[in-house]
Amino acid sequence: MDASVDRIAEPWGSRTPYDRHGTWPARVDTHLEAGVAPDQVERWVRAASILHSDGDAMDIAVVDGRMAGVRGRVDDRVNRGRLGPKDAFGWQANASRDRLTRPLVREGGSLVECDWDTAMERVTARSRELLTERGPGSIGFYTSGQLYLEEYYTLAVLARAGIGTSHLDGNTRLCTATAGEALKESFGCDGQPGSYDDIDHADVIALFGHNIAETQPVQWMRILDRLEGGDPPRLVCVDPRPTRVARRAAVHLAPRVGTNVALLNALLHEIIRAGRVDHDYVRTHTVGFEELASRVEQCTPEWAARICDVPAASIRAAAELLGAADRLLSTVLQGVYQSHQATAAAVQINNLHLVRGMLGRPGAGVLQMNGQPTAQNTRECGADGDLPGFRNWQNDDHVADLARVWNVDPATIPHHTPPTHAMQMFRYAEQGSIRMLWISGTNPAVSLPELSRIRSILRRKGLFVVVQDLFLTETARLADVVLPAATWGEKTGTATNADRTVHLSEKAVEPPGEARPDLDVFLDYAARMDFRDKDGGPLITWHDPESAFEAWKRCSSGRPCDYTGLTYDRLRGASGVQWPCNAQAPDGTPRLYADGITWAHPDLCESYGKDLVTGATDDVVEYRSLNPDGKAVIRAADYLPPHEAPDEDHPFQLTTGRTLYHFHTRTKTARAPQLNAAAPDVWVEAASSDAVALGLHEGDLVEVGTRRGAVRGRLRVTDIRPGLLFLPFHYGYWDTEGGHGPGGDTPGRAANETTVTDWDPASKQPLFKTAAAALRLVERGDGRVAPAPTTTASAPSRTGAAPATVGGPTALVTETDAPPRGRRTQEAP
Amino acid sequence: MNGIAFTLRALHHGERHLAGQLTAVAERHRTEHEVHHVAQDLAVWSRAHVAHLAEAARAHGLDLAASPGAPAAGVLSSLRERTAEAVARRPEPGLLLLRDLRGLHLSAAENSLYWEMLAQAAQATRDEELLSVVSTCHPQTLRQMRWTNTLIKNLAPQVLTSL
Repeated sequence: MDASVDRIAEPWGSRTPYDRHGTWPARVDTHLEAGVAPDQVERWVRAASILHSDGDAMDIAVVDGRMAGVRGRVDDRVNRGRLGPKDAFGWQANASRDRLTRPLVREGGSLVECDWDTAMERVTARSRELLTERGPGSIGFYTSGQLYLEEYYTLAVLARAGIGTSHLDGNTRLCTATAGEALKESFGCDGQPGSYDDIDHADVIALFGHNIAETQPVQWMRILDRLEGGDPPRLVCVDPRPTRVARRAAVHLAPRVGTNVALLNALLHEIIRAGRVDHDYVRTHTVGFEELASRVEQCTPEWAARICDVPAASIRAAAELLGAADRLLSTVLQGVYQSHQATAAAVQINNLHLVRGMLGRPGAGVLQMNGQPTAQNTRECGADGDLPGFRNWQNDDHVADLARVWNVDPATIPHHTPPTHAMQMFRYAEQGSIRMLWISGTNPAVSLPELSRIRSILRRKGLFVVVQDLFLTETARLADVVLPAATWGEKTGTATNADRTVHLSEKAVEPPGEARPDLDVFLDYAARMDFRDKDGGPLITWHDPESAFEAWKRCSSGRPCDYTGLTYDRLRGASGVQWPCNAQAPDGTPRLYADGITWAHPDLCESYGKDLVTGATDDVVEYRSLNPDGKAVIRAADYLPPHEAPDEDHPFQLTTGRTLYHFHTRTKTARAPQLNAAAPDVWVEAASSDAVALGLHEGDLVEVGTRRGAVRGRLRVTDIRPGLLFLPFHYGYWDTEGGHGPGGDTPGRAANETTVTDWDPASKQPLFKTAAAALRLVERGDGRVAPAPTTTASAPSRTGAAPATVGGPTALVTETDAPPRGRRTQEAP
Repeated sequence: MNGIAFTLRALHHGERHLAGQLTAVAERHRTEHEVHHVAQDLAVWSRAHVAHLAEAARAHGLDLAASPGAPAAGVLSSLRERTAEAVARRPEPGLLLLRDLRGLHLSAAENSLYWEMLAQAAQATRDEELLSVVSTCHPQTLRQMRWTNTLIKNLAPQVLTSL
C-alpha cells in the first residue's frame, strides 16, 4: 500500500507493528523532488546516510546527472527501507549554490580563489618548514565523523607515519569518545557489543541520556513498531527533558544534570540487594564484582534521590524493571557522554549488563551509541586518538605489528604518549606549540565549548589553519587555506555505523566545480610531501577508494575490527554486514561476546584502563595483576559533585543538545529547506514553574548567560525538569551578518558561547551539559512563539501554545509496504 | 610522643600541605582545564584524609585540626602573585606547569611513604582502626601520584620540545 506522509509533521511515519522475536517488517520510504516521477529516475545509486549514526541504507535517485531524491533500501538490516527526516531531505544541501567550488587562500587578510596547485603548495610548504624548524609536534590534524573509512585510514597513515605526529583526533571526541572509552574500560577493547536487532527481542529497553527519537529516528520507529505489537517491551528512560521516549516510558527518571553516577550506583545497589545478580556469569566472565558491591553498598535509592532529585520510589521501580528483565537492551548517548563523570557513568551501564549476564544473546545487549555517523571508522582507523585496528599504544608488540603493516620503523610511529585529544590540541595551538592545524569536515568554531576562546585560537597569529569542507563554514572563514571537498553521493567509500554495520556508498554525481573527495586531497598531500617507507618506497601505496579499502583490510587483519572477509563487490550484494567479517565469520558478526569476553587479555587488549576520576593511565603490570585471564572488568566509581554548581548569580543548570531536524553545525541541514523551516533558529527551553516564577511567557526574547558568554533566543515553555534550561546546539553564524561569530544583527546564537571548557578525564570528551546559567528577559514576545518544533521534546507544555510543526506538500514521503525479501530468517531467541 | 603519633602528625601536616598545594595549582593553572578541575577534585580527597587522620590521632593522644581550614588569604594571594610573576617572567607556562606537577607528585609520594609506615605500624600493633583509615586513604594517595605521573608523561614531550 502506498501512502504519502508529511514527514516533518510526522517524523516517524506510519506504524508497521510486529511481535517480540518477530522480524521488523520492511517498508520503503521514498522522497523525490517535485516534478520527478519514479519512472524518470535514470539510476539508483547505493549509499548510506551520514547525517546520524544509524547508517540508514538508501539509494540516491539520479536524473540528468544530478541528485533528485532518495529511497530507503528495503533489504538492509539496519532500516528495512525506512528513512528519517534528515535522510529524506538532507541530500538537497549538496546542490546548494554556495558550495565551495575552488580553493581559497588568505591574501592581505581576505580569502581569495586560487587553483589547487597554489593551495596545496601553501600547505606543503608550511608543513615542510615546520617539520624542519620545529618538528612533527608542531602539526596537528582535526578531522570529522563524516568522512569515509578509506579517508580516515589514509589520514592516520600520513599523520602517524608520514609526519610522525601524536596530534590527530576527530570531532568524534565530542560525541563518541566516551562510548569507546567505556568499552575499553569494561571489555579491554572498543567495539559495540550489541546490535540494533536486539530491539526485536528485548523485553526491557533502557535509554540512558539517549533521546533516540531525535538522534536515531529510524531505530525509534523500530521501537514504536514493537510498542504497537504483541509482547511489547517496557522502556526505562533517564532524561531531564520530556522526550518522546520519556512519554512512552514505563519509568521516566529526570535527574538533576551531572548526577548520573549517583543514579546508576543506586540502581546497581538495588539490583545487588534484590539478588538479581547472575553469579555464574560474574564468576566466569568478570573481575571486580566484590569491589563494586562494596562501593555501592551505601548507595541506597534514598541517598541517590537527594543527589539526583528524583523520587526514591521511581529509582526502585526502574531497578525492578532492569533487575527482572529477561532480555535487557540498554542504549547510551550524550546525556551520559557529554555530562559530568561521563566514562564512570557509561561504565556503570556496562556493569549493569555484566552483573546481570545480559550480553551476547538476542535482546541482551548494550549499545554505547555514536552521535557522528562514521565515528566508528575514526575509532577503528586510529584517526581519533587511538592506533589503527584497536592496537594498544602502550604495547610494543602492537606498535611493531603496525610498523610491519606500514613497512616503517616502529620508532616512526609516536607511541611514547597517548595520541593527543582534540581539546589538548587546541590548548597546544593556544600556547603556540602547534603551529599548523588541518581541519577536515568539521566546524570547531561552532561545535567546541567556549566559542570566544576557540575563535581567538583559530585567529591566532602564527597558527596556520587549513580547512577542508563543503561550504565556507564559520571555521573556514578564519582559515589560511580553504580546500573545497566533495561529499556523500559525490565520492565512493565505506562507512560503519554504530552497530558495526559496514555499508558502501558510491558516487552518484559529479562534485561541483573543482571540489575533490577528501581521499584525493590526502593522497595529493602525501605525494607532494613524498612520504616514504623504510625501504624508500612510497608510504602510501594506494590510489583510489577500493585500493585504500584493501590496504585497510591488511591493517585490520587479526584485530577485533577484522574486515578481511569484505570486498567492495561483496558490499554491492547483501546490504549491511557487521564486522568482524573474516574466514571464521564470513557473514559478519551480529553480537560480540556471544562466547565470553574476547579481547581483554593483557596481550591483546587495546587499553590497560584508566582511573575514572583522574584519567591516570594504568600500566601493563597493574592490568595483568587485575585481569590476568582477560575477563571483563567491572570498574566501580564514586559519585563526585559537578564542577560548576548553580549559585545566586547563575541559579539554573543549563544543558544543550541535538534535536530532530538538525545535524552537526547545521552545515547541511540548514540548507535543506524542509529541515531548516522546521527549526530555523535557536530557542530556549524552560519549565513552566520557572517561567511563572520569572513572569516569562512563550515567545519572550530571553538571554541565557553563563560565565563564558550569552545566547539570545525565544522562550519555549515545556515540561523539562524545573531548574534546568535547554539550548539546542549548533546554531551558528554562517547565515548571519557576523559570518563566524556574534556581531552585526546577531547576538550570541550558538549554545557553545556559554558552555564550559571542561572534559571527562578518562575519555577527554567535553562536557556540554553541566553549566550554571542565568536567565533574563530581553523583550516581550507579544504573541510570537519560539522557533522550536512541537513534534519533539520541545513540545510546549500547554497544548496549542504554538502552531503545530508541519512540512506541507514539499515534505511528503511515500511509504510503500514491501514484503520482506527473506534474506534474513527469524532469529531464534 | 611515640613514633606512631609522630608519623600521624607528620602525615597530617603533609596532607594539609597537599590539599593547599592542589588548590593553589588549580588556581594557578585555570587555563589548563583538566589540571584545574581534577586538582580540585583531588584536593577533596586530601581534605578528607586530614579529617580521618585527626580522628585517628585522638586515640593516640593527639589533638590535630580536623580540617585544613580555608587556606589563609595571605598564602593564596601571595601564591597568585608569585604565579603572575612567574608566568610573566617565563615565556613558557608549560614549564611552570611541569614544575608544579612535579611538586605535587613529590608531596603525594612523601605522603604515600608515611601511609606505608603507618600501615606497617598498625599491623605490628594490631591497631584495626588505624589500619582501616590507611586502607581507605592510601589508595587515593597512590591515585594522586599516578595522576601527576600521567600528566607529566603526556605533557613533557610537547612542552620540552617546543621551547
